[in-house]
Amino acid sequence: MSTQPATGQQGDIAVDIANVAKNYGAVVAVKQVSLPIRRGEFLTLLGPSGCGKTTLLNMIAGFEAPTAGTISIDGHDVTNVPPHLRDTGMVFQNYALFPHMTVFDNVAFGLRMRKVDKQKIAREAEAALDMVKLSGMGGRRVKQLSGGQQQRVALARAIVFGPKVLLLDEPLSALDKNLRTQMQFELKDLHRKTGLTTVFVTHDQGEALSMSDRIVVMSKGEIQQISKPLELYSRPVNSFVASFIGEINQLPVARLKRSGQAVAFAFQEGVTLEAEGDHAHLDDNSDVSIFVRPESIDVAGVQGGPGNVVKAKVVSHIYQGTHTVTRIETPGLGLLDMRVGGGHIIDQKPAGSPIDVRISLENAVVLKASGAK
Amino acid sequence: MGKFLFWTLITVILVFLTVPAVVVIMSSVNPTETLAFPPKGFSLHWYARAFTYQDFRDSFYNGMVVTLFASTIASVIGVAAAYVTHRYNFRGRRLLEFLLAAPLIIPRFTTGFGFLLVGAGLGINNGYTIVIITHIVLVLPFVTRSVYVSLVNVDRTLERSAANLGASPVTVLLRITLPLLTPGIVGGWIIAAILSFTEFTASLFVTSYATQTLPVAMYTYVREYTDPTIAAISALLIISTTLGMFIVDRTLGLKRVLAIESH
Repeated sequence: MSTQPATGQQGDIAVDIANVAKNYGAVVAVKQVSLPIRRGEFLTLLGPSGCGKTTLLNMIAGFEAPTAGTISIDGHDVTNVPPHLRDTGMVFQNYALFPHMTVFDNVAFGLRMRKVDKQKIAREAEAALDMVKLSGMGGRRVKQLSGGQQQRVALARAIVFGPKVLLLDEPLSALDKNLRTQMQFELKDLHRKTGLTTVFVTHDQGEALSMSDRIVVMSKGEIQQISKPLELYSRPVNSFVASFIGEINQLPVARLKRSGQAVAFAFQEGVTLEAEGDHAHLDDNSDVSIFVRPESIDVAGVQGGPGNVVKAKVVSHIYQGTHTVTRIETPGLGLLDMRVGGGHIIDQKPAGSPIDVRISLENAVVLKASGAK
Repeated sequence: MGKFLFWTLITVILVFLTVPAVVVIMSSVNPTETLAFPPKGFSLHWYARAFTYQDFRDSFYNGMVVTLFASTIASVIGVAAAYVTHRYNFRGRRLLEFLLAAPLIIPRFTTGFGFLLVGAGLGINNGYTIVIITHIVLVLPFVTRSVYVSLVNVDRTLERSAANLGASPVTVLLRITLPLLTPGIVGGWIIAAILSFTEFTASLFVTSYATQTLPVAMYTYVREYTDPTIAAISALLIISTTLGMFIVDRTLGLKRVLAIESH
């Protein structure tokens, strides 16, 4: 199911999660997960709520004990080590800044716990604040800061003592959209500067795609796929990943037809789409599920191109500024969303008008249809 | 019409609640030797006597000693009790919670009488100890409740965060949890102090002449004299406790401390 990366030398692995499971009574939160996290990488645990990503993060931090399996940090088994001896830096969803302390005291907390001498604390805490662009704010009270600033303090506090791994639990979810985009850039920047192994938990696929070296897609306590962002988007291994990452159209189940090298998919009502590639792993006459991104469907223009031209009818338009998402209805293929640049299509093809579209299956995801749809 | 009835009712209730205090304060300024309402003039003479009467001075001091020890010790026990009942699930937790609240439903004279017998058995009825113990038991429910409400409102991720940054469980308690509980502890302490200082029923049983607290001395005084000194000292007590409550309300929020409302 999952594409397991080749495990390197022990020295390349910062955090090793081996056969970890977590049950709460009869509820299974994490099922048998093995995940070696490489030193210095930005790894994202992505999935809907309840998929086990936060539980996994809490187990790395030591807040939850696995029911089975082991967790190692830097080659040491820490499965039974309490959180305060694990040397992980965590940024919580609500930041969890200490309200009875100043910004400086918050940032210095980790250093004080490590009995660092006073002058060094002053220097390093200021350097950490500098790194998150809050120089000179040390004397402020936490309550005086905006959400974005609190976020930065939480980051500074988590990195100041040089943790073995930085754990981020949906740290951007409480910020408004503009700030979130800005913080994405800053987080990446921070990761580049510090080189810290980072585990980022989110349910937002946009955040995951924009920041990660690798993304781990989870669902129902299991890893569905581990890939680089680009690969995850273009080569999802199953229908869950395909529909969870980005917008995608799932076509009705079709029958695969081979004739020599050529492959075609036969739908209801006599509609046939010609495939790209040979789909060698799929049998002739087998049922397949096909996923097509909206950007792979376009208005059939004058110039020919790869793909299948299909007759359809415009249902509605959603104008998005840079592009328009147009919903069309196609006999045999049902409702499909297509992505068209600009907004001209709204005037050219109002709702209800017939339209010829070109469906390119070059980047389509074709999977063996599972028994239940 | 409904509005008129509403405000009439509110006024009546307020009058009923405050009338004793108003009567007492007004009679305290009566210039003559007898307690009279309404007062027949104005004099602060009886306040001077209240301050100089030796039994009141001694019992005020006794009350301060008892209050200081009782509310402080009760606060320490209350913090521990609230922490344990909130954070841990153990066999007997319900029973402990019930025992902590029991003094609220047991009549005060029963508590006092019980401790009188205990004190007699131990031979400590002439000292502060038995008075302090009795007061600890009486104020404990209030302190525990106040701290418990504060604990409910402590964000657990703050403790997790501290642990993550390297704080051991004891350090988390000392550096994070207790500082965050301070308003609840201080509020609980002030309520306990007011209750202890003005406690009468149980104190009547467990105090001796040497350890009698102010309310007990006041009771003894009314049995012998009928002059407005007693009204004067009552007025002082009313004013100072009101002030104490006012301070709690302004700094910590009375509703939170009395656990009427958890925010």
